[in-house]
Amino acid sequence: MTAPSPTLPPVAVADDDHSREARWTPLKIAIWVAIALLGGVAWVMLALVRGETVNAIWFVFAAVCTYLIGYRFYSKVIERYITRPDDRRATPAEVRSDGKDYVPTDRRVLYGHHFAAIAGAGPLVGPVLAAQMGYLPGTIWIIIGVVLAGAVQDYTVLFFSMRRGGRTIGQMARQELGKIGGTAAIIASLLIMLIIVAILALVVVNALGESPWGVFSVAMTIPIALFMGVYLRYLRPGKVTEVSLIGFVLLMFAIIGGGWVAGTEWGQAIFHLDRTAIAIGIIIYGFIAAVLPVWLLLAPRDYLSTFMKIGVIVMLAGAIVIVMPEISVPAVTIFGENGLGPVFAGPMFPFLFVTIACGALSGFHALIASGTTPKLVEKERQTRFIGYGGMLMESFVAIMALVAAISIDQGIYFAMNAPAAATGGTVEGAVAFVNSLGLTGSPLTPDMLTGTAANVGEESIVSRTGGAPTLALGLAHIMQQALGGQALMAFWYHFAIMFEALFILTAVDAGTRVARFMLQDSIGAWFPKFRDVSWRPGVWICTAIMVAGWGTILILGVTDPLGGINTFFPLFGIANQLLAAIALAVVMAIVAKRGRSYVKWLWIVAAPLAFTAVVTITASLYKIFSPVPAIGYWANHFKYRAALDAGDDTLGTPEVIGAVMRNTAVQGTLSIVFVTLAIVVILAAVIVTIRAIRAGGGENTEDEAVASRRFAPAGFLPTRAERALEKEWEPILADERRETARRGH
Amino acid sequence: MTAVHNSGRTDAHGTETGVSAPAGAGLPELCRRAGGATVRGVVRGARAVRWYMSELMGDGAYDVYVAHQRRTHPDAEPLTERQFWRQKMDDQDRNPGARCC
Repeated sequence: MTAPSPTLPPVAVADDDHSREARWTPLKIAIWVAIALLGGVAWVMLALVRGETVNAIWFVFAAVCTYLIGYRFYSKVIERYITRPDDRRATPAEVRSDGKDYVPTDRRVLYGHHFAAIAGAGPLVGPVLAAQMGYLPGTIWIIIGVVLAGAVQDYTVLFFSMRRGGRTIGQMARQELGKIGGTAAIIASLLIMLIIVAILALVVVNALGESPWGVFSVAMTIPIALFMGVYLRYLRPGKVTEVSLIGFVLLMFAIIGGGWVAGTEWGQAIFHLDRTAIAIGIIIYGFIAAVLPVWLLLAPRDYLSTFMKIGVIVMLAGAIVIVMPEISVPAVTIFGENGLGPVFAGPMFPFLFVTIACGALSGFHALIASGTTPKLVEKERQTRFIGYGGMLMESFVAIMALVAAISIDQGIYFAMNAPAAATGGTVEGAVAFVNSLGLTGSPLTPDMLTGTAANVGEESIVSRTGGAPTLALGLAHIMQQALGGQALMAFWYHFAIMFEALFILTAVDAGTRVARFMLQDSIGAWFPKFRDVSWRPGVWICTAIMVAGWGTILILGVTDPLGGINTFFPLFGIANQLLAAIALAVVMAIVAKRGRSYVKWLWIVAAPLAFTAVVTITASLYKIFSPVPAIGYWANHFKYRAALDAGDDTLGTPEVIGAVMRNTAVQGTLSIVFVTLAIVVILAAVIVTIRAIRAGGGENTEDEAVASRRFAPAGFLPTRAERALEKEWEPILADERRETARRGH
Repeated sequence: MTAVHNSGRTDAHGTETGVSAPAGAGLPELCRRAGGATVRGVVRGARAVRWYMSELMGDGAYDVYVAHQRRTHPDAEPLTERQFWRQKMDDQDRNPGARCC
């Protein structure tokens, strides 16, 4: 590394100052004891005290106190022993600074960027489904899992990608794990992308089926986004906040207008669509959106979605703290014990972890934490705040989604989330089914279902599976207590549906684009023409292949006689967690190659890797080999095949049996492919790691170190030493600003 | 070479509002000042939120680019705002970024 400039102030806080600030004072000790005590009391209230109800505020305290302790103590252990950042070293943003892709960005702004990029519909949906096992298992895994696994993955991937100029996780896998491991990792990411897009689209379809209000307001996001795109391109380029505000206002009109349209005859005629029609609509939309230029649809909707995301999360957190709803769901339900719930089947281990996925540990984040964010980091030490801290916020979103889902009546929850195969899709069927489940609390009545449906402006809430409608009802339930009362219930419900659909449609569009890009790159190995991304036929062919891929799975899910979400969602979770295992495996290989002094601390990465590997491989094996038809895809396949051969029609008509056989064969095959790819990647990583440990290190694939010439604090608030350094830098920054302004004239 | 930094960045935390009442100020005077401090605090908070939102949404991207161009290629004419945003969108078309699930 070249020596730092002697004329500049220090670019990093001196080691002496660091150790002075790390020293414990009585005040600091008192504060941390208080945080620990409050967190401890909250956990006792959630886990041990068994009253009739538990207040939602304890979820907030348990989560926030545990995050603070994890951030203050555990992430510092990772910083000290695994990542070991060095602020004297320039980040890629500084070295390659180009004013566009590589821009040193204010840490607090980058935190928001990174959070907006990682947070999507996943952490909202998973915890809602997991609530069938009771609130406690989900709460524990969302909070503990993020501290020990999810945030560790995000932080380390961000850091190591930053040390490699922002290389993607796929590129790092190829470089660190060799040809076989790397190729398996890339194929796995491509397939995982397809399954994730398909299941997210299924969630939207389920939320909008037979809901003219929802269909109208979500459909309106397309013209609104088009308008915003044109506005930004031709009228006022660069006025992003302005156009987002306009878009937001239009969106509110679309939601209010939806209620009015749904009440008219023509509105019913146009927007009352069944789920298959909506699925076909989304497939056509997905293709068109992915071949249209980014500025017209994707970019403006992305702005809108970022705007809504931050706003709604702040709003919901505020509402939970103000309303403090009482939760009457038991800590662990009967389905947590027997693993045979209607929402998803399978024992708590491993299916709880697979179902929650994103809120505690999300492999998808490895794609964001490598690539975009590392190119914008200003100083190395900020990665802890951005990577680890960003994931803590995502976990908090998952906790709020869980609280929203369990704040509604348990009977209504099961009526909404049990598949139509169980409820028959009717109020009477749902009431009979839910009351036969043996739930605690008062029984479900038909009036509760019809009354709730009327309150939210829907025809029916029976078997509205997929998590989104449940979350929307929970959010509406909490928000109307804080603001507006019962009269606004329908508005809040559709507001929440719109909010989720907005994320998901953006993910569908962007996911299709990224998958198409990967495919073009792969086909390009044989037909170089395909690598040319401006060659339209190549773009259309590859987009069509990718849309056909996820579209097929979506149609299978929508027409699944057994429900769809309950059978397909485990695949989504398994895919996501396998990607996490792949990312952690790559990180483990990198850390082992760093040298002997890292081996002692390798467990920080190896432990979550081992856990998620065991969880996902076990879950896959259950799905492939379990003899219980409700759990094992192949067991179900052969059960229906036997019925078909025997001419037994108790399971349904030959068409229904054919559909189940086809779906279970697809699901079973995908499970086999995923688990095989993951095992290949993990084995490759273990071999590389053992080799590196034996050799006392390995090849260093980091970019060459360049001396930094700038300074910025590491965390959200600057420490005293950092403030002193900022003061020293102030005159230099002022000079620089003057100089730039002068050159402009 | 001087320090490299993103001079397009503005900071909402640049102003100081340390309000202290000097000895001898009467009670009404103190109340008025306290009120002024609250108003100033609210204004400052609102300004910080505005700064944060506009930075987060990326309003300042063009300014950052211009500052960079002036520093590194002072002789070349930077793109106009319209051209800059077109190029940015074209880049995204060529190399799409993933969104999360």
